[in-house]
Amino acid sequence: MEKVFSRKKAIIWGFIGLIILFIFPLFLPRFYVYLISIILLTGLLATSLNIVLGYGGIFQFHHAVFYGAGAYATALMIIKSGLTPWLGFLVGPLVSVLLSLIMGIICIRLSKLYFGMLQISLGSLVWIIVYRWYSFTGGDDGIHGVPLPDIISSPTSAYYFTLVITLISIFIMYKIIKSPFGSALQGIRDNPVRSEMIGINVKRHQLLALIIAGFFAGIAGSLFVVVDNTVFPDMLFWTLSLEILIMCLLGGWFSFLGPMLGAAIIILLRTFVSTFTSYWTLVLGILMMFVIFFLPNGVLGYIEEKLSKKS
Amino acid sequence: MLQVKGLSKSFDGFKAVNNANLDVQKGEIVAVIGPNGAGKTTLFNLITGIIKPDSGSVIFKGEDITGLPPYEICRKRISRSFQIVNIFPRLTVFENTQIAVLARFKKTWDLFTPSKKIAVEETEEILKSVGLFDKKDRVTGLLSHGDRKILEIAMALGGNPEFLILDEPTAGMAPEETSKCIELIKSLSEKFGITILFCEHDMEIVFGIANRIMVMVRGSTIIQGTCDEVRCNQAVQDAYLGGSDVCLM
Repeated sequence: MEKVFSRKKAIIWGFIGLIILFIFPLFLPRFYVYLISIILLTGLLATSLNIVLGYGGIFQFHHAVFYGAGAYATALMIIKSGLTPWLGFLVGPLVSVLLSLIMGIICIRLSKLYFGMLQISLGSLVWIIVYRWYSFTGGDDGIHGVPLPDIISSPTSAYYFTLVITLISIFIMYKIIKSPFGSALQGIRDNPVRSEMIGINVKRHQLLALIIAGFFAGIAGSLFVVVDNTVFPDMLFWTLSLEILIMCLLGGWFSFLGPMLGAAIIILLRTFVSTFTSYWTLVLGILMMFVIFFLPNGVLGYIEEKLSKKS
Repeated sequence: MLQVKGLSKSFDGFKAVNNANLDVQKGEIVAVIGPNGAGKTTLFNLITGIIKPDSGSVIFKGEDITGLPPYEICRKRISRSFQIVNIFPRLTVFENTQIAVLARFKKTWDLFTPSKKIAVEETEEILKSVGLFDKKDRVTGLLSHGDRKILEIAMALGGNPEFLILDEPTAGMAPEETSKCIELIKSLSEKFGITILFCEHDMEIVFGIANRIMVMVRGSTIIQGTCDEVRCNQAVQDAYLGGSDVCLM
């Protein structure tokens, strides 16, 4: 990113963007505030996937499981424990971390596509447990009306909560990508054999990356509980994982903010095109084809390319 | 410094390395030669832990390192470069080398310090010593083949090796690049006292810089000795000139 913009310009644009994000609820109707909250937390989810996908080169095919697990853990903790709801927001990401650690240890033995296949099967296992365990998770009804602390219960305050947490998370992830760990991870993506040969324990680094990605997916899941007050089994179904994967590819999986943009595009498409036709995925499919043929680095990747040529 | 004793590895019944023996003293430059498919690269892969041997042992400074994972072996200060360029193509020259240095400093678990600020001096020093400093911000996927081979060596140096394995360092290089590369190898040995094991097809280079030579044919060591000993050896001549079936199976 530094090469595309001068530092000053980037800061100015970032600042303008932030101000716009912060004043949105003052003039936008409730529905849009809700929509932007969803875009933000889904963008956070896609960005967390991209840590392992775009920067780690790991085929994380079932990322939604960690999102759903975080959301369910938060909701269940709030409803069943009777303790302060804030504890739920701590437990959500932690459960995701635990789940990604367990699944990671099992899956990391395999590489590339085999990793992805095994992860889909294990993730589906988690999904079916949530789906069938009526007495605990509410089965396919999910859980509705999760009580929240007053301070974040209105749509506007939920929006601000989501915005702040998302911004902090994105910032931390950016720091991680730019850290030595991030460098090593990108090295592993480009060439695992060579990485081992220069003294990097590839599997352990990949495992840590999976845990980090799981953690932020869990945060996104908790945020969904805040924004929507509900959880349902579809949140950890594999079609959602595919959707997040498409967000990364569409937005640009080698650009840090690409997945965020991809999330915005897909959610806006789904919201607005589906008012005209229920076949909105047809539009997405055609769009995706264009992206694959003409913008192999995604939308943001394309924009960055253009900008860097200009300067 | 490094002893390889009776090392063997077969792939689906094909004996790629069969009873290989090698002995390298500190400070030496040792060449491994042999016809294509003799098992030179496999031997290097066995020493560096990329593949595990079926039998035999690798002893480095009195310590048995047979079958250790590559990252452990690298930490014992054995580095290698690859015959087929094996780098991080989406990263820059600087980043490629820096990752190796970071790995040596065990900094790759650091999540929050910006990479820009760590190990910069060491990395730049390595790039200067191999002559890639002026190209440090180039993405390596776009470098010329010769520069990428040099980068291979720079990355290997990132681990601050005592023992450096170079797999055909000059393969595919233009003549002037080749002579530069030879100068570099010599200076690594002379200035930094790094022990070097390399394999090479160009006999001029081999006899020019190697102290001793090990000859492999069909996976087996047929001789290890000084340049003159190897030159005059009947088995070597037969192997290279396609003589009678002399392989010592």
